[in-house]
Amino acid sequence: MPLKLERQENVPLAGLVAAPFVALAFTLIVGAAMFLAMGHDPIEAFRIYFIEPLGDAYTLQELVVKTCPLLLIGVGLAFCYRANRWNIGAEGQYVAGALLGSWLALATHGTGAGPWVLPAMLVLGALGGAAYGLIPALLRVRFGASEILTSLMLVYVAELFLDYLVRGPWRDPAGFNFPQSVTFDAVATMPLLLDEGRLHGGIVIALIVVVAATFVLGRTLVGFSIELGGSAPRAAAFAGFDEKRVTYGVFAVSGALAGLAGIIEVAGPIGNMQPSISPGYGFTAIIAAMLGRLHPVGILVSSFVLALTYIGGEAAQISLRMPFDVTRVFQGTLLIAILAADVLVRYRIRRVEGVRHA
Amino acid sequence: MPGEVISGKALSGEAMPDIATSDPAASGAVPPAVLEAIGLTKRFGALVANDHVSLAIRAGETHALLGENGAGKSTLVKMMCGLLQADSGELRFAGEPITFPDPAASRAKGIGVVFQHFALFDALTVVENVALGLPGREPLAALAARIEDCVGRYGLEVEPHRRVGELSVGERQRVEIVRCLLGDPRVLILDEPTSVLTPDESESLFRTVDLLTAEGRAVLFISHKLDEVRRLCQRATVLRGGKFIAEVDPRRESSASLARLMVGAEVPRTPRVATHELGEPRLLIKNLTLKGDGSRGSALHAINLEIRAGEIVGIAGVAGNGQTTLFEALSGERRGEDAEAIVIDRTPAGALGPTERRALKAGFVPEERLGHAAAPDMRLSDNVLLTTHGDGRIVRHGVVRHSVLNAMFADIVKRFDVRFGGKDPKARRLSGGNLQKFVIGREVLREPVLLVVDQPTWGVDAAAAGFIRTTLRRKAAEGCAVLVISQDLDELLEFTDRIAVMSEGRLTQPVPVEETSREAIGLAMGGAHGAPAQEDADAA
Repeated sequence: MPLKLERQENVPLAGLVAAPFVALAFTLIVGAAMFLAMGHDPIEAFRIYFIEPLGDAYTLQELVVKTCPLLLIGVGLAFCYRANRWNIGAEGQYVAGALLGSWLALATHGTGAGPWVLPAMLVLGALGGAAYGLIPALLRVRFGASEILTSLMLVYVAELFLDYLVRGPWRDPAGFNFPQSVTFDAVATMPLLLDEGRLHGGIVIALIVVVAATFVLGRTLVGFSIELGGSAPRAAAFAGFDEKRVTYGVFAVSGALAGLAGIIEVAGPIGNMQPSISPGYGFTAIIAAMLGRLHPVGILVSSFVLALTYIGGEAAQISLRMPFDVTRVFQGTLLIAILAADVLVRYRIRRVEGVRHA
Repeated sequence: MPGEVISGKALSGEAMPDIATSDPAASGAVPPAVLEAIGLTKRFGALVANDHVSLAIRAGETHALLGENGAGKSTLVKMMCGLLQADSGELRFAGEPITFPDPAASRAKGIGVVFQHFALFDALTVVENVALGLPGREPLAALAARIEDCVGRYGLEVEPHRRVGELSVGERQRVEIVRCLLGDPRVLILDEPTSVLTPDESESLFRTVDLLTAEGRAVLFISHKLDEVRRLCQRATVLRGGKFIAEVDPRRESSASLARLMVGAEVPRTPRVATHELGEPRLLIKNLTLKGDGSRGSALHAINLEIRAGEIVGIAGVAGNGQTTLFEALSGERRGEDAEAIVIDRTPAGALGPTERRALKAGFVPEERLGHAAAPDMRLSDNVLLTTHGDGRIVRHGVVRHSVLNAMFADIVKRFDVRFGGKDPKARRLSGGNLQKFVIGREVLREPVLLVVDQPTWGVDAAAAGFIRTTLRRKAAEGCAVLVISQDLDELLEFTDRIAVMSEGRLTQPVPVEETSREAIGLAMGGAHGAPAQEDADAA
């Protein structure tokens, strides 16, 4: 018997608020089943995964370090997704930003350049990400190409270009042939916030971005035009907002924040250029954005939750010898669950009788 | 009057003598109810949309459902065809209690509905569209033959192999009716069917309805046009505020008495204002030509028009003849190359965007309320911003001042009597009439010198429609130039000063209302251009 989704006229607010929590709960149930199947006690596994990291100062710092890129990218994606533009390529924009910013770090390496280097790197990182994000925007506006496909494919272009650079022109001559660049100078490195650990200034930038984005999206005409363009394109055109400008704008912002996240990560916890500078932050941030209801403050919370899956995954690798893929499974389950929960809140499922109708 | 010769009863009398006595006063016998609603109640939260409403549709009768917007007509119809479930009360089919869990169940019982908005695919032919709606697989050739048969029997004039995209609105409606009739329905529900038809097309629809009732089918006819109801229907149920008010014989009522029942008070006619001095031209359209864009809106061919301060000019015409393109060209959503083609208040505006045109104190009200005039899923207060963000009051330095926005919103709601549940619902939740009052109010409070309104009262109840017309009339008296695009000819004749007719992307020269007639305009609407004929005469 076929089923049909029917749009609900009155979507209860409580449902919209509860959806992410239901999705989280569902993910935990799937996770428990997975742990059982792998022969682990789910309670114990959850403790190692989600509770233990919260109990010690070092892992708490690491949690914030991992939150930072997710938060920056996720907030940027919220701009795109609110406008109904599906940027899937934040990972590529992250790499592009890291590349352009690192270029300056490497160009000034060993020249004794002043403290202007890091700010300039951050600006270049944002510009690099924005420029890379504008490519799918341009393809969409000019040729009507689906930004979902183009932005995703550009991820691999960026990653392969990074790979070429660190194995070729940017390789550290004194690095025993390892594919990585020289370690950045102190002026090209994010300042640490505490004496011990890796907590760096990036989280301050990310929090400022959250405040700014909350203001722009909620209080300004620009935020309104983004929301309107995504919600009712024809009404947006009637209101006099240029659809093309909105498309370019949200991709530029989204790309810039992803690029910023990239250069902060390279200039912070990593410290040099390597073939792999991201454990999939650009993709995980998509989940953060959806789970955070496309609201910067919501994304702050969801980024923290997703950072926990990274840290917990590392802990489980060590103490339970579980593969890192378990983290991927968690994140993937969470995305599917949140999307499904959204559909179930907004629509209701009805059985359709044997008779088809128009 | 040719209309009276082929009036409903004369025809049904020929076709089926026993039904001809359906006039209760004549025979005393009331035909049995096919579909009956008894004390239906439906609540949406705090709102009681239907409060113990009863309605009986009888075999061989055309039954009118009358009521203002928000009176509960749509809710009642939706419950009767299974789109909504009643909270309490009973539905009876042929005397037996029945429930319709979904529309398919009601369709299986022989209840067909033609809604205001058609569910047809433009890219497919008529027969393909019909096939999509039918259960099982039937060879298209056989189906086409069945359509031809149905078309011939009821005088519906539909060609099965034409693409729906090429059809006029009236033809599309006939496709929907044919689709219903192929299911051999016992009850046919028509939701505001004449709002998209020319007078001629309406007349032929009435003939079809008469043929259907002559066969013993029952028709539920929902309309705001009281003259039509009196002409066509044997019985009328009036709803007001979700309650059953009366069941009357509309033939024994006057339009005024029916309106009184609907509204609960006297309905003011739009006062014809004493002619006042016209001011300077506010809108000048010079040789406006635009290409069609295929999917939406047809081309415009050398449109010329001048509207002066203080007058209302109406554009009549059947939907799909370029009115939407003309509206979008005026609002700035579509721009041509010639900046001089449109002059608003002496400023060439052809190259300007919507916001810049609003800055010239022009206001625009599109036909489609949801999705064009308003964003359905945004709150009503946010929808105020759509056309006011450039006025410099609500938005300062790019920041939305919510206190000013809310004050403006409250002002619109109060002065234009916009009614809704809750404090600030999404636009989607408002009834058509209330949303239209909001959209009109939003423009009027901007103090425009030019107002372009597409279909001001489409699907709006009599009271709200009267209010909207009076408002536009008043704006004109205050020195605003008003352009009204409408498919409702009666409306244009009632409250405009001059009328032009749009047909196939061309516009006739506007003629003062006193110097024209329904017949002349109706002819021009059908494509027989009055103006070119005159030109020919002049040339000769």
